[in-house]
Amino acid sequence: MYIIVAGAGKVGYYLTKALRAAGQEVTLIEKLRKRYELLHETFGDSVILGDACEVSTLEAAGAARADLIAAVTGDDEDNLVICQMAKRKFKVKRVIARINNPKNEVTFNLLGIDETVSSTKLIYSLIEQEVEVADVIPITALRRGHLELVEVALTAASPAANRRVRDLALPPNCALAILVRGETSEVIINGDTVLLPGDLIVAVTPASCVQALSDVLLGGGVPAR
Amino acid sequence: MHVVILGCGRVGATLATKLVAEGHTVAVIDRESESFRRLGHGFPGKTVLGIGIDEDVLRKAGIERAGGFVAATNGDNTNIMSAQIVKVKFRVPRVIARIYDPLRAEAYQELGIDTMSTTLIGAGICRDFILGVPYHTIEEYQSGASGASSAPRLQRPAGAVPERSR
Repeated sequence: MYIIVAGAGKVGYYLTKALRAAGQEVTLIEKLRKRYELLHETFGDSVILGDACEVSTLEAAGAARADLIAAVTGDDEDNLVICQMAKRKFKVKRVIARINNPKNEVTFNLLGIDETVSSTKLIYSLIEQEVEVADVIPITALRRGHLELVEVALTAASPAANRRVRDLALPPNCALAILVRGETSEVIINGDTVLLPGDLIVAVTPASCVQALSDVLLGGGVPAR
Repeated sequence: MHVVILGCGRVGATLATKLVAEGHTVAVIDRESESFRRLGHGFPGKTVLGIGIDEDVLRKAGIERAGGFVAATNGDNTNIMSAQIVKVKFRVPRVIARIYDPLRAEAYQELGIDTMSTTLIGAGICRDFILGVPYHTIEEYQSGASGASSAPRLQRPAGAVPERSR
C-alpha cells in the first residue's frame, strides 16, 4: 500500500515511522526546510519538501497513485484542503484528516471528509468516562495492608445516594469516615448522615471487603480497583 | 443587502467601507482587534472578533441573513474553508474566496466555489500594461486565456503525473 503523510510534526513523524516499520511505502511531506532536513537524515528520499496544499507538491509526492493520504498538520484548514485536493484532484481513495478543534468534525463531514481523528476529542472522551464512571479509588493502605483507606465518588445512579448511612448494609468492619460535599464542606459521617450524589466519601475497609463496599455504595458491576 | 467580510486587511476594509457608503449593511470578521483600525473612525458596520471557520462567529456576523460573503484573509485555506461552510451550511447566495495560489483557486473553482486569484489578475493586468495591449476580462485573466497565466505550472498537461523515483 502506498501512503502519503502530510505534515511532519510529531504525529506525522511517528505515524511515518510506524507505517514504515509495518512494511508500508510512505512519503512524508513537510513544509519547513529546517524540519525537512532533520527528517531527511532519518527517512531519506521518503520525505519531500513542500506545501501539501499545493497541487505541485501532491503531484511530486505521487498522489495519483496513492492509496491513502493522512493529513496530520496542526492546522485544521490545511488538513481540509489537503484532503479535498487529494480526493478531487488526484482521486485518492481514502483520506484521513486530523482535527484539532473538535467543533470542526461536523464541518469536515459536511464538506465531504468523513474520516477524521481528533486527539482532543479522544482524550476528552477518556476523561469524561473517568469522571462519570463511579469508582473506588485507593488512597493508602493502613496496618500493613489489612485495612485500606479508599475514596468513593457517588453519582445519581449510586444505590447509596439519598440514603441514611445507618440504612446501608455495609460489609463488616467497614466505616465511612468523612465526606466532602461541594468545594469546601467536609462532614464527619455518622449514622444519620444522608449521602447525596456528588459526595466524595472517604472510607476505611479491610482489603478483602473493597468490592463488597463498592457494591453497597455504587451498586454491583462496578469493579473496585 | 447584508454582506459578511472575513479578514479586515486592506481588501476587506476597503470593501467594507465601500459597501456601507453604498447603503449596504456590513459585518467584518477578524481574529485581531487591531485590524479593525483600518475601517477608520465611525465605521457604521459591525465588527466581530473571531475566526471565520467558527460557525458561531459567522452567526454573530449575521451570516444567516447575508446575501453575500467575501473571504479575504491572508490564508488561502482559511478562505477556502470558510467559503465552503458559508456556501454549504448557510446557503449564502453569493460567496467568493480570495486565493493567492492560482492552482488552488482553479481547483476550487472547479468544485463550485467562486474564487478570485488576485495573483493571476494582478499579473495579467501588469502584463497587459507593460505590453501596451488592451486589458482582458477578469475571467480571461483567471483562466489564463489572456496569455498572462505565466505561472508555468498551469501549462503542464493534465495527467502528466511523474512517477516518484525511489
